[in-house]
Amino acid sequence: MYAFDYQRPAALADAAALLKADPEAKILAGGQTLLPTLKQRLAQPTALVDLARLPGLSAIEKTAEGVAIGALVKHAAVATSDVVRAAIPALADLAGLIGDPAVRNRGTLGGSLANDDPTADYPAAVLALNATVVTDRRSIGAGDYFQGLFTTALEEGEIITRVDFPQVERAGYAKFRNPASRYAMAGVFVAKTADAVRVAVTGAGQSGVFLWEEAGDILASDFSPAALARLELDPADLMSDLHGSAEYRAQLVKAMAKRAVAKALA
Amino acid sequence: MPEIANTAAKVAVAMTVNGRLVSAELDPRTLLVQFLREKLLLTGTHVGCDTSQCGACVVHVDGAAVKSCTMLAIQADGMSVTTIEGLAGASGLHPMQEAFREHHGLQCGFCTPGMIMTALDMVARLGPDLDEATIRENLDGNLCRCTGYHNIVKAIGAGAAAMGAGAKVAAE
Repeated sequence: MYAFDYQRPAALADAAALLKADPEAKILAGGQTLLPTLKQRLAQPTALVDLARLPGLSAIEKTAEGVAIGALVKHAAVATSDVVRAAIPALADLAGLIGDPAVRNRGTLGGSLANDDPTADYPAAVLALNATVVTDRRSIGAGDYFQGLFTTALEEGEIITRVDFPQVERAGYAKFRNPASRYAMAGVFVAKTADAVRVAVTGAGQSGVFLWEEAGDILASDFSPAALARLELDPADLMSDLHGSAEYRAQLVKAMAKRAVAKALA
Repeated sequence: MPEIANTAAKVAVAMTVNGRLVSAELDPRTLLVQFLREKLLLTGTHVGCDTSQCGACVVHVDGAAVKSCTMLAIQADGMSVTTIEGLAGASGLHPMQEAFREHHGLQCGFCTPGMIMTALDMVARLGPDLDEATIRENLDGNLCRCTGYHNIVKAIGAGAAAMGAGAKVAAE
């Protein structure tokens, strides 16, 4: 790691002020991606602004629409939350599939979304559920939030404070993991509301998480794994790397979509 | 080319490690595992992969298992840390350590401290009655290059059961 200064602000406004004063400073939440990045000297921030002790960012709350999860809530807490389990069980399932138990004890929802790794799990849930990312400045709909590989609508120094997840009729998440990295090679989150189905895919797209709209349209009229049998996903926009070709990933996405629907129906 | 700044203002860190209050002035980039091994000389916590894959560095921070190679020491400021050195009591090995010995749950021993700390986290989260599938699933973040895991899984099941029996005796 290159050297950096360490700041631990006591209030959100102080954190925002520190980030505004130093554009080269970076936010530290759980550090499960940032610290490995720094260890490889792939980034050289002047300072880390540690949000971990900020009040008000660590709650899970039932809301009229669904569930609100604070940006600093750890994956392990989402996975074991009775509130999340009751409102959106698929979201708790997803959190329990991130990394491994020790990583889940440190990694945070806000950190995952701010980083927007194309193979991360949470972006699939946020996009399929059409959740709202709330920051210290505004609310950003999922459709506007994700803008490509490691690229989001967040501005310089903007801090995610919570995510509002709306409850849906049914939802399911299925993931095919890379056995070494534990990231998704294909992860599919299916969310069914009264009038539509949204199918979000992570781990496979060249530009990060995306909505598989054809699958959503078919599932809206026939919400069953069998309904996807005749559908093919075009591999043109999918990732090809040493772990698998785009064609292989297209098959994985379809298989995971079927499993996600089956889980939603279970 | 801009000069690479290689120094930063030191930060004051204080935490409880195995029941003992410790404090130091550290470079902010000091990892928790570096602090434990190099400053406190608690070398039972190992660095295997240094990329949060292998779990040899697992310790408990405020009761939760974490990979100490992927946490800054300053992030544990004010918290309570337990390492493998903090387990054995005056009467001998912790039941989980004893189970690893009894069931030959180690060969070279490098991964063992992390395995045991992860096993104790498992018992804390899921209770003492652990079936094989649960143990294997929850060992996801711990790699062993010798044993093929079979005896580690057996040891954790037996160690967890011994802890459950011990808790029952203590309660009676």
